[in-house]
Amino acid sequence: MILERHWSDTLVNIVIYLILTVLAIICILPFWHMIAMSFSGRTAVASQSVGLWPVDFTLQNFRFLLQRPLFFQTFGISVLRVVMSVFIQLLVSVLCAYPLSRDHIYMPGRTVIKVIILFFLMFNGGLIPALLAYRSLGLIDNFYVLVLPGMFNLFNTILIINYFRGLPRELEESALLDGATHLDVLLRIFIPISMPVLATCALFTAVGTWNEWFSALVFIRSLAKMPLQSYLYLALLPNQSTGIVGDLIQKAEQFKQATPEALRAALIVVAAIPIMLVYPFVQRYFVTGLTLGSVKE
Amino acid sequence: MTTLISTTPKSINSRKSNAVPKIPFRKVWKRNSLLYWMLIPALAALLVFNVYPLWGIAIAFVKYSPTKGLFGSTFVGLKYFTELFTVADGVTLFRNTILISLSKIILGQLVAVIFALMLHEVTIKSFQRFVQTLTTLPNFLSWVIIGGIFLEVFANRGTMNHLLGSVGLGAVPFLTSPSIFPILIVTSDVWKGFGMGAIIYLAALTAINPELFEAAAVDGAGRWARLRYITLPGISPTIILLACLSLGGILNAGFDQILVLMSPLVKSTSDILDTYVYRVGIQQINYSLGATVGLLKSVIGFALIALSYWLADRFAHYRVF
Repeated sequence: MILERHWSDTLVNIVIYLILTVLAIICILPFWHMIAMSFSGRTAVASQSVGLWPVDFTLQNFRFLLQRPLFFQTFGISVLRVVMSVFIQLLVSVLCAYPLSRDHIYMPGRTVIKVIILFFLMFNGGLIPALLAYRSLGLIDNFYVLVLPGMFNLFNTILIINYFRGLPRELEESALLDGATHLDVLLRIFIPISMPVLATCALFTAVGTWNEWFSALVFIRSLAKMPLQSYLYLALLPNQSTGIVGDLIQKAEQFKQATPEALRAALIVVAAIPIMLVYPFVQRYFVTGLTLGSVKE
Repeated sequence: MTTLISTTPKSINSRKSNAVPKIPFRKVWKRNSLLYWMLIPALAALLVFNVYPLWGIAIAFVKYSPTKGLFGSTFVGLKYFTELFTVADGVTLFRNTILISLSKIILGQLVAVIFALMLHEVTIKSFQRFVQTLTTLPNFLSWVIIGGIFLEVFANRGTMNHLLGSVGLGAVPFLTSPSIFPILIVTSDVWKGFGMGAIIYLAALTAINPELFEAAAVDGAGRWARLRYITLPGISPTIILLACLSLGGILNAGFDQILVLMSPLVKSTSDILDTYVYRVGIQQINYSLGATVGLLKSVIGFALIALSYWLADRFAHYRVF
């Protein structure tokens, strides 16, 4: 049977494709502009003549950045933080998800535990009580305040729980019958076949902890222990004659080609590059990862 | 057929199955003790980082001084609560928070749905993936990065105003005008999130039975009729569910974004609960007042979340746990 194509259908189709293209471009445009600015020379930036392409192409902004020891330190802190966070969060999530996903096993108190977990995750004291608590734990100005408090990631745990629930029961039962312990089942059977969901969780954690910048602002005092994004935030604050921005601006005056705006652009580009480069390849994990644990009907 | 959200009725998910014998706990322990041990790391983390800090809530009721400690500080009861709504900007804070939050939620979902509907109409897979990759990218960059870009682009003498000037329009004080700034906040947040937000709707769209569309085509339904009678009803459970769930987050109006982009000039319309806690509680070291606002936010927020979960169960048949 042939369906007739009305001319308005084609028109609407064209409009849709156009709008989608425009939307896609709008999403990428600001970054393009920043990249262009970061490669541009002083006068061009100051006179706002930089559009989508570098004017007076120069590498001075990046060269300047790479000479700041603080830049490398904060970059390293971020990397270390991501690696440790991924490891710890995966560990805790997987260990926690296994018992909570075994609905068919009689486990008194599981519901109570679930409720407790949900309750205390949702109801916390806020920023100030956290500050006081961490202070008493010795976590202030301590690198571990960037890694430990987020140890239990509920979102990841729920993803893994749903995934585990979807695994065939026979795998587990036959192993248990053969004398395996629950730990064996988890480590030797479940984890190896859970790679998709684990990869997704690892990615979510990595992106989340790379981007997280506020806790360092509150809980860390020394610049050398700040992660990259927090350093970037402090560098964005206007009108400061001391601290990071002062350091950047004063030293920038000595560099004939580098302006604060272009410097900030370069810093932004460098902070965004890891994600922007990796993203196209891992994007499908984010998109499909959300549906990994869905119910199959 | 997979659906992102399981909308099974209550009875199927009931925890108390009919045939569970009452096994003495000792036996349960011998067989399944590992299951309990496995929960230890998560529970320990919860205990240390979520339960333990709760003692700090008491600070909202005393005139806290770090040197005197909690018990050494003078008890003032509800002084800070009343102070918040009379002298300090409590009412403004709540107003700003809720206005900004509601705008973001409504506009955000609207754009996400429309975008998903459009994307769904695309038949060229590679174009679909291309658009999806680009539009979900802003979601994964922090507000420091994006805010840094916007501080530059929307500055009074920034790129945007430069562009506006070159076509003959006047400069717009995006970042400094209290009336325009919230619009910028809401719009930029929608820009950042619509790509990712559309993913859930796309999943729901692909879950609609294709036979319905075929039958409609046979019956001569055009594109708009399809939309009205099949597509929209097909995703309305999802829309309702997301609306219910978003209620719980209404007091979070996007702290990261606002902190980065805010300046004292726009405080009157864009100071939200969290920025207030940071500014007054931490920067001005008024711990008690900060703790007061934080406590209010926690309590009301918690009630809203509980309400949203109940609503989701009642209207969208979705049990969160």
